[in-house]
Amino acid sequence: MKKRVINRFPGQGAAAVLGLLPFLLLLLAYAWGSQVRLEANPEDKLLPAMSSLAAAVERVALEPNRRTGELQLWADSAASLQRLAAGLAVASLLALVTGLATGMVPYVRAALAPFVRVLSMVPPMAILPILFIVFGLGELSKVVLIVLGIAPCMMRDLQQRVMELPSEQLVKAQTLGAHSGQILWRVVLPQTLPRLIDSLRLNLGPAFLFLIAAEAIAAESGLGYRIFLVRRYLAMDTILPYVVWITLLAFLMDLALRGVSRWAFPWFHQGQERA
Amino acid sequence: MMGALLEVKQVWKEYGSSIVLEKLNLTVKEGEFCTIVGTSGCGKTTFLRMLLGQEGPSRGTLLLDGKPMPAEPGPDRGIVFQRYSVFPHMSVLDNVTFGLEVTRSRLLGRLFGGARRKAREEAAAMLAQVGLGHALERYPSELSGGMQQRLAIAQALIKKPRILLLDEPFGALDPGIRADMHALVLKLWKESGLTIFMITHDLKEGFKLGTRLLVFDKPRLDAQAPNRYGATITYDLAIGRDEPALLEEIQGAVTETSRFIHDSR
Repeated sequence: MKKRVINRFPGQGAAAVLGLLPFLLLLLAYAWGSQVRLEANPEDKLLPAMSSLAAAVERVALEPNRRTGELQLWADSAASLQRLAAGLAVASLLALVTGLATGMVPYVRAALAPFVRVLSMVPPMAILPILFIVFGLGELSKVVLIVLGIAPCMMRDLQQRVMELPSEQLVKAQTLGAHSGQILWRVVLPQTLPRLIDSLRLNLGPAFLFLIAAEAIAAESGLGYRIFLVRRYLAMDTILPYVVWITLLAFLMDLALRGVSRWAFPWFHQGQERA
Repeated sequence: MMGALLEVKQVWKEYGSSIVLEKLNLTVKEGEFCTIVGTSGCGKTTFLRMLLGQEGPSRGTLLLDGKPMPAEPGPDRGIVFQRYSVFPHMSVLDNVTFGLEVTRSRLLGRLFGGARRKAREEAAAMLAQVGLGHALERYPSELSGGMQQRLAIAQALIKKPRILLLDEPFGALDPGIRADMHALVLKLWKESGLTIFMITHDLKEGFKLGTRLLVFDKPRLDAQAPNRYGATITYDLAIGRDEPALLEEIQGAVTETSRFIHDSR
């Protein structure tokens, strides 16, 4: 008998093939488009052939830069990832502290929650010039942009997550004789950490956005800097591999965070699968 | 003669213009097992929240041991809710040890070395009493509903509270498991001399378990203003054996209120 389409599920193999299909189609479309354009004009730079992409990757990843002597891709990646890591770490810490405080303590919530709500509406890119003026053109202003870009949303998210903990648990802890500090330390904080990782995963995309934006405007190294530098020469053979590389980095970071969460907080994921 | 453990004198509870409880009077002695029945919307849970200290009465006095009820939950009153009573991020053993750790280590809420070992042994002994001795290292999400409630009971009892509050603790359990839990609660009550308040939807359960049955019901129903009159205790009975005729009568009265409240929503 024929089932409705919403009741039909692919098997494991079929799901894997289906998942790969869009990637494959995109690749084919690119190869076809590139071939058509290059046939019309061998000097075309917009869609370089796979072979020129491979050559460019080899050049940036394996051969020292003629001016600096560095392996360009790795030097750029290291510079960008340092900024990103610093931004993510500071944002997470701020979000955790603020989220716990506003989520748990009504007085702190009354004082800070409206402020955070407004802060999260400030468009970070609009204050980038201020950051450059205040913090200079060095590393600090880029890290601050990432922090200002994602921390307010993470704070709001974590406050919400803390407040979503069943009140039964907090009452129970009080009937067991725990004071506020112990409830924070033993009941709320451990349950907030996996939610912090979730929040971080969701904010990886925006974090990369602010990183690339800051690097595009003022930097001397970094993935975003390179892309915007070679744009002047229409060097699509460098830009495209860089974009793929950034995407891959973000994807792997997401995967790693998920792995850490499953390993460190098995109880959190058991609960999720049942729910 | 021993004084009353809990005294409720002319207590009213109102939210704005809607009256939840009115003219509530009750005296409970140490060691009683009160089952509280009544249809939803008759203030059973409000009464429980008042016993917990989460809410105070709008009027009247609520005395615990002759002193006003504290305004927040404390270790003298343990609680088991229908759900979410246990900590999902702690193993079964840690869930019970937690209660000992928070009083023995005021700063960190964590014990180390010999003190930790001793607390864990006490917790394990408590868990063996409720039949969870084999599941010490599991997380609550790996337990069945009945086992989770056993854990919640063990967690509450490790603090040796004077009063144990049970808020429809077995409402979500299968009938067979429920009978096992009844036996467990009766055993623990007899051994410990606790005072128990248990809310239940199930009148039969109320008759079977308690020494005293309290029925929360609205004596006056006004279809034009359903929240004009609050609920109060309409039956306060010493029980201990099944009394079919009485059960029938209460069932009739409670069902009428239930239909009324349902229709007026």
